[in-house]
Amino acid sequence: MSSYLDDNGGRRGILGWIASTDHKRIGVLYLASMLILFFIAVAIGVLMRIEQLALDPPLFAPQVYNAFFTVHGVIMIFMFVLPGLPAVFGNFFLPIMIGARDVAFPRLNLLSWYFFIAGATIVISSLFTGNGPPDTGWTFYAPFSLKTGTNVVLGVLGAFVLGFSSILTGLNFITTIHRLRAPGMTWHRMPLFAWSLYGTAWIQLLATPIIGITLLLIIAERLFGIGVFDPAKGGDPLLYQHLFWIYSHPAVYIMILPAMGAISEIIPTFAHKTIFGYKAIAYSSLAIAFLGSLVWGHHMFTSGMSETANLVFSLLTFIVAVPSAIKVFNWTATLYKGSIEVKAPMLYALTFIFLFSIGGLTGLMQGALAVNVHLHDTYFIVGHFHYVMFGGTGIGFLAAILYWFPKMFGKTYSEKTAFLSWIPIFIGFNMLYFSMLVLGYMGMPRRYFTHLPQYHSAHVISSIGSFIMAFGLVLFFANLLVALFKGKKAEQNPWGGVTLEWQIPTPPPAENFLVIPEIKGRPYAFNRRASDE
Amino acid sequence: MNSPPTVAHPAHKDYEGSKLGMWLFLFTEILLFGGLFILYSAYRARYPLEFHNSGQHLNVVIGVVNTIILLTSSLTVAISITALRRRDRKLSLLSLSATIALGAAFLANKYIEWSGEIHHGLYPNSPALMQRPHGDQIFFGLYYSMTGLHGLHVLAGIVLLSVVLVFVIREKITGTDFNKLENAGLYWHLVDVIWIFLLPLFYLAA
Repeated sequence: MSSYLDDNGGRRGILGWIASTDHKRIGVLYLASMLILFFIAVAIGVLMRIEQLALDPPLFAPQVYNAFFTVHGVIMIFMFVLPGLPAVFGNFFLPIMIGARDVAFPRLNLLSWYFFIAGATIVISSLFTGNGPPDTGWTFYAPFSLKTGTNVVLGVLGAFVLGFSSILTGLNFITTIHRLRAPGMTWHRMPLFAWSLYGTAWIQLLATPIIGITLLLIIAERLFGIGVFDPAKGGDPLLYQHLFWIYSHPAVYIMILPAMGAISEIIPTFAHKTIFGYKAIAYSSLAIAFLGSLVWGHHMFTSGMSETANLVFSLLTFIVAVPSAIKVFNWTATLYKGSIEVKAPMLYALTFIFLFSIGGLTGLMQGALAVNVHLHDTYFIVGHFHYVMFGGTGIGFLAAILYWFPKMFGKTYSEKTAFLSWIPIFIGFNMLYFSMLVLGYMGMPRRYFTHLPQYHSAHVISSIGSFIMAFGLVLFFANLLVALFKGKKAEQNPWGGVTLEWQIPTPPPAENFLVIPEIKGRPYAFNRRASDE
Repeated sequence: MNSPPTVAHPAHKDYEGSKLGMWLFLFTEILLFGGLFILYSAYRARYPLEFHNSGQHLNVVIGVVNTIILLTSSLTVAISITALRRRDRKLSLLSLSATIALGAAFLANKYIEWSGEIHHGLYPNSPALMQRPHGDQIFFGLYYSMTGLHGLHVLAGIVLLSVVLVFVIREKITGTDFNKLENAGLYWHLVDVIWIFLLPLFYLAA
């Protein structure tokens, strides 16, 4: 069987890729386009940190800084962390892991990528057309987003189009998991990555339309002045916040769940031991998806909701931490008495657990009403968010790419360089974001282009951290790029994994399986015993 | 591996899967409108009197006629599916065309209705509307957003049904392979159901 990298489906040149409905090729398309966008957003992030180095006069005008944090947020959230793991590794590995030849709707899958590219293009074009890039922050809060003269309509339209990509991916994955599991692949024999994608797909499907209509209303408001969020016409901006967070809070679980799924694959492989608490991890994914849909109000504790609403949302916020903690405990328990082998993917997976725990616990601090009043809209929020989204999803993405890269491209990267790049990434990360936690606690408000002198030293540490981390990221991906062209040929199963993707040739053949396998036992059976069956 | 370069396996057709996909898509449509229905309930609770007054400015006759039109079109699309399954292609094509015509009639009525209201100065940001209380402005803002979005869905439905009509004519959709027609019918029913809720919320609000 020829590998999917050689089989261009009878199409020539680039068409073999951009017209291919092979889920693996689409996954690679997403990977390539996403990494470009990721590095654009990283660069903007570094520029923001440079702005905070200069106290007076500012290096960039305040309006430019507003555009920076808006565009950095929109690109990172809607084009990298949100679709990151499901669109790249979900597309590539979900069908293989459940023993299918492709997703349920291959053409729809390709269409989602085109929606992704169209949305990204629209957002990027909003930077160079009209009255300059949007300056609202990625939340597009009304009434400012209705009144500002900048190019909000295009930015919002881009995010709306990206929503289609997300919805169609979710729809595809749910149908794939329901209909295309191989014979014998019962629900409780599915790898945990597939479980996490299942939970994610439901949120993508059910929550994304809400942001869709909210963004459409922003556009209608700006073009026709319908008034539903405009206080001058009797509209209520608080309702905008409700609608926005009804989607955007579940959306952070779209971002983190697949990363948790990838970690659940990596940990047992390198502990050489069956995962501890398989069902608990599987069902906690669904619990996170469900409970995560009920906590959006915790973004609005200071926005003027009723006391009752505040109390209920605070309670629910504490409850949603339980399934996340279940996962962390189970990963740790898997390591207990395992024969742990710290290879590059494992190092990043362990880093995920560490950084995500800090992110999760600082999240709980904000869930407490009294503390929230103090911390709201400060750097503490920014620090917490980046611990979860970068320390969690971002590092999870890095772990996943290290784990699956040899399988995807059939090449081996330098593990030494992967270890080396971990040092600046880890040190830079903590300098960058832990300083933000401290700054926020001291009272530094977010989204200000400048700061008071007493915050300066922490800002300098944070900015230096951002340079160190950016260097680490460049080293990390340069290593993979070199491997792609000059790497040694990878083995079929370099890590000793036991899920289905490691049982097929490297790189995977175009059809995945010559014969659809029949599944006879649970995943993660490292030393198969009767009790595992 | 010494296996042959390509693997032959039968073309994959999974009707249950494609219907599941369609239902999932319909969920997203319901949630899309759901956002607007939430806004409607919040504002109606805040401005009950203004919603009552504004509702009187809408043309109930056109609203009811349009309801009858859409309900009939749901019937014709259902007939079209059943007829095709019973191998009555002629009746199927006829009722499918009738569905499209009824959808177009709905939009024509909508056009007449909106023109009338715009003529009376009742449209977002109009000088006449800005003179009126806040609740009235919100009512008409929601009215145009919700019926407008619904109108776009009727339009999309017409396009979808027309494509399906061509498929039936070219016999790409047949009595044994009618999945696409059935899914298009599901979509059309959804458009109908949403209208059933819009009618009382706006036209009968007075």
